[in-house]
Amino acid sequence: MTVAFLLNGTPVRVEGEAPTRTLLDWLRANQGLTGTKEGCNEGDCGACTVMVTDAEGSRSLNACILFLPQLHGKAVRTVEGISGPKGQMHPVQEAMVAHHGSQCGFCTPGFVVSMAVAHLNGAVDHDDQIAGNLCRCTGYAPIIRAAEAAKDAAIPAWMTEDRTAVAGFTAGEAGAFRPADSDALADWYVKNPDAVLVAGATDVGLWVTKQLRDLKPVAFLNGVKDLQGIEARGGQLHVGACVTITDLRDAVADRLPSFAEMLRRYASTQVRNAATIGGNIANGSPIGDGPPALIALGATLHLRRGDEMRSMALEDFFIEYRKQDRKPGEFVAGISFPEHAPELRCYKISKRFDQDISAVCGCLNVTVESGRVTGARIAFGGMAGTPKRAALAEAALVGKPWTEATVEAAALAMSGDFTPMSDMRASAGYRMQVAQNLMRRYFHDLNGVGVSVLEVTP
Amino acid sequence: MSAGLSLPHDAAPLQVKGEARYIDDLPFPANALHLAFGLSTVAHGEITGIDLSAVRAAPGVVMVLSAEDLPDMPDCSPSAHDEPLLAVGKVHYVGQPVFLVVAESHLAARKAAKLGKVSFKELPALLTVDDALAANSRFEQGPVTWTKGDAAGAIANAAQVIEGSFEVGGQEHFYLEGQVAAAVPLEGGDFHVMSSTQHPTEVQHKVAHALHLPMSAVRVEVRRMGGGFGGKESQGNALAIACAVAARALGRPCRMRYDRDDDMVITGKRHDLRIGYRAGIDAEGRVLGIEFLHLFRCGWSQDLSLPVADRAMLHADNCYDLPHIRIESHRLKTNTQSATAYRGFGGPQGIVGIERVMDHAAFAVGRDPSAVRKLNFYAPMDAKAGQTTPYHMPVEDFIGHELVADLERTSGYAARKTEIAAWNAGSPILKRGLSLVPVKFGISFTLTWLNQAGALVHVYQDGSIALNHGGTEMGQGLFQKIAQVTAGVFGVDTGVVKITATDTAKVPNTSATAASSGADLNGMAARIAAETIKGRLADFIAEKHQVKPETVKFVDGTVRVAGEVYAWEKVVAWAYQARISLSSTGYYATPKITWDRVKGQGRPFFYFAYGAAVTEVVIDRLTGENRILRVDILHDTGTSLNPALDIGQVEGAYVQGAGWLTTEELVWDGKGKLTTHAPSTYKIPASSDRPRVFNVALWGKPNREDSVGKSKAVGEPPFNLGISAFLALSDAVAACGDGSVYPALDAPATAERVLMAVRRVEGRV
Repeated sequence: MTVAFLLNGTPVRVEGEAPTRTLLDWLRANQGLTGTKEGCNEGDCGACTVMVTDAEGSRSLNACILFLPQLHGKAVRTVEGISGPKGQMHPVQEAMVAHHGSQCGFCTPGFVVSMAVAHLNGAVDHDDQIAGNLCRCTGYAPIIRAAEAAKDAAIPAWMTEDRTAVAGFTAGEAGAFRPADSDALADWYVKNPDAVLVAGATDVGLWVTKQLRDLKPVAFLNGVKDLQGIEARGGQLHVGACVTITDLRDAVADRLPSFAEMLRRYASTQVRNAATIGGNIANGSPIGDGPPALIALGATLHLRRGDEMRSMALEDFFIEYRKQDRKPGEFVAGISFPEHAPELRCYKISKRFDQDISAVCGCLNVTVESGRVTGARIAFGGMAGTPKRAALAEAALVGKPWTEATVEAAALAMSGDFTPMSDMRASAGYRMQVAQNLMRRYFHDLNGVGVSVLEVTP
Repeated sequence: MSAGLSLPHDAAPLQVKGEARYIDDLPFPANALHLAFGLSTVAHGEITGIDLSAVRAAPGVVMVLSAEDLPDMPDCSPSAHDEPLLAVGKVHYVGQPVFLVVAESHLAARKAAKLGKVSFKELPALLTVDDALAANSRFEQGPVTWTKGDAAGAIANAAQVIEGSFEVGGQEHFYLEGQVAAAVPLEGGDFHVMSSTQHPTEVQHKVAHALHLPMSAVRVEVRRMGGGFGGKESQGNALAIACAVAARALGRPCRMRYDRDDDMVITGKRHDLRIGYRAGIDAEGRVLGIEFLHLFRCGWSQDLSLPVADRAMLHADNCYDLPHIRIESHRLKTNTQSATAYRGFGGPQGIVGIERVMDHAAFAVGRDPSAVRKLNFYAPMDAKAGQTTPYHMPVEDFIGHELVADLERTSGYAARKTEIAAWNAGSPILKRGLSLVPVKFGISFTLTWLNQAGALVHVYQDGSIALNHGGTEMGQGLFQKIAQVTAGVFGVDTGVVKITATDTAKVPNTSATAASSGADLNGMAARIAAETIKGRLADFIAEKHQVKPETVKFVDGTVRVAGEVYAWEKVVAWAYQARISLSSTGYYATPKITWDRVKGQGRPFFYFAYGAAVTEVVIDRLTGENRILRVDILHDTGTSLNPALDIGQVEGAYVQGAGWLTTEELVWDGKGKLTTHAPSTYKIPASSDRPRVFNVALWGKPNREDSVGKSKAVGEPPFNLGISAFLALSDAVAACGDGSVYPALDAPATAERVLMAVRRVEGRV
């Protein structure tokens, strides 16, 4: 395997490593760059955050679940490179010292990188920018003060150099299989149907770091440009499978604000920068947050095998727990869904607001004309072995007057739709109660009653 | 004077650049080996067979050890010699180390450890306090009971009795740097051990014991930890011992760090418990008599459970004068991780009990909880001679009245209470709640002999100063505070003082950096060492000028004597040439304290630290989702050695304390397996969980006791302020009902538990 990228401004070629070698392990063990820390080795704590730059810009990513081939042709900047070439401190580093944002200091490099990337990109939604960085010492207040203090400082010159350097960098052929377009992927995958397709590696990464699996063969998809497009056409958004959650969120921010708000809370900045909507769907997890929203929108899934394309309603893709309607050698190519749905509401219920997997994710999209329900698409994650529609609840709504009594009947009907399970995130009883209550919440929400604790200000 | 300045953490400039080194960042010789444990998969069982052939055959494996390879099994326990490094014959919890893999890389060791085939004959496992009570499985002979007055009689005669029982969850430390250690063999069979530990002397002692070496042959060093919170008081022993055992067997340096999931599965956490209470109250909410029942789930080994449970009893009064009280404490032995030290060391578990009672009493009599609390307060400082705690210690320094009055004013408590009630009346789905909780926290180790510390100060001939002491740095800023104290003695800038790693070869026989005592103990020891050297310098320069030594002043990097002003460096150079010793140890033992834990009597604490918090929350009655909107904190750190570092401790402690009682839920399955063993499932607070408005102020008045710089300890006391978030949630839940049903929230108050409580007060369940 040969992988070439820029590391803190200097070209490096990596040879002879397994394709699933993580950037974090390589930085620490091979390069002696120990500023990047391992806190959890699963992308949940952000202590390993690095900046990765390509033609699209600079993003923060978790190095612990980032495989070396994913970096081919890109520029990586670690905390050591956030300081200037002569050791000058970056404004966020100065602010973190001055505002006491560092105590034990172990999470600090990760925070500094997240904050420096946010600073570079002009992002001032500090809580969201560092939602994927855990700190156990400070209570975050001084870190936010530091981010606020540094936000207007000039961007140091060295922070913008990767963008230029990466444009002029010739990486050459990647040693690992890293197709440049979907035709190449389709051709290869038909011949290697047992291969693991790695898009963002936010889940596959854990197969390696936690389950200690040896994966082969592997295809790395982040060079597949024609699956990274978002196009609005005929009232529908057509989204390629390799579109990251970050880019999807941007695309729906104005069109589907409730979906976008849910995506704001989808994992963390680092994970959204890596994870793709195609991966979220193909993975088949019953607790992924993308599918319930997309099903409520009436999304159509597009699959490809070799030269064959087929499409289906997204809900039909999910057959049972971790079993999808996907043939060997077939991959998720994209998803299309209505550009607008004013009545769509997405409710993500989890123990913690940010960077948490949903206990229940309820997405409701009810159409009311002249006081009567003419259409209802209600989909849940976390309530069954797959993302699933609440068919009985929908039936209890359609054709009925849009009243509290109708909603109550639909909420009660939902008990026939699902038999949720108990786990460490929530009990079965809670899940069912909440699913029913989300139906009630939806009614109040559309009526303008305050239902979100996130919208209450002190 | 450098003490009192808000200097940044000494290592912050290194930390922000990724240059601060933690143990796993240190350069080790290329032949260093890596270790991993193979773990028990059952909660209780006899080991019937161990097949490690696949482990031995795995790539990169150098050595594999299990009990049969270690007939002289090392012990890892800090207390009762009941923690074999590797399971011998039986396993006692899911996650107990059964075998040890030594390999060429961390990954190779982890992968190989998965290949072990260990078979068990499963035995009945005691997983809950009910299981343990039924089996009478406990540490010590029976429950520990302390009494003062006649609780039963007072309750019987009271106008009203409130009673209840609630669950209080444990807490994973989630230090960002997991457990890690390394051992390097030295000549002559000696060892250099690097350990991420709050207790280097304990590691030294345990490694020496395991290798049958005198303690003098083992040097333990720790520059810093990436967080400790009590989780590195005893839980690092196993790694250091394993490294030393393997390093001796192979003659190569050995390193070990737990993967995060292993760390959470293997190591102990905060003790969870069930608290039962029965209190007799009068019409105003005054507690006339009270009985507490503490059922602690201590896990499989004794570890530090006895003093933890003691400290819960010692804090069962918090700020309240309880003339008739009985506390019964059970330390139950279960087939789970061995619960251990965690910031507060049982104190928070004691305080949450009485705060729950105050909240319940206020609900029962229909009064503002803050008013009921104040009614029950100890008398103001010096106002009531002879008032004592339930353990008969005089309370002489109670400042709760003034502190709470001040906080009520600055937080607008009364007005906001009214405003929130009005807001709730107009909000059918969302409800807000408010709670004021005070804290009084006892400062000193309850094992009295631990209250001692040593320091070593060198002044070099160029005037630079090296500081060493027995305290460890885990992020709290201890090193900087002590550097400030030391610099202050010499009248030099803090930057002149070189902070050095904690090292058992420099300062011996240290106590753990724990019990909030780090600055109190080590700061005094360092000050004494520095004063000794300063005294020699003063004598020397005074004699040259034929004046009294007391007239020599050390200020602003100068020495002033007889009208002359000399540079500090110059005086040091002269003293060196005059053959004056420029190095000294310092030693401090806390005065005044005595304690009989069996009787539950004495003065276990040098002083109390105080504080109070007002937290406002909002909940959603349909899902139980909740969030902290605002907190106002006023906290007593005496005359602060460094206000910025103290405020940092208070902010961090509050959020950690609130996390304990809200989102941080540990879940075990029916077979005793911890299912929340990673940050994907165990949720410590994230940035957006901190209060939207976060006001912290320091009380700022000097400690009445002669502590270092008249400061007060700060590590643990503000952790308890998080209880106000829990009780604010309770207040918001109560607003969902008609006032007839007490919310009776269990902790942690996850969205699920909040919703359950809402449904109770709504009369739906």
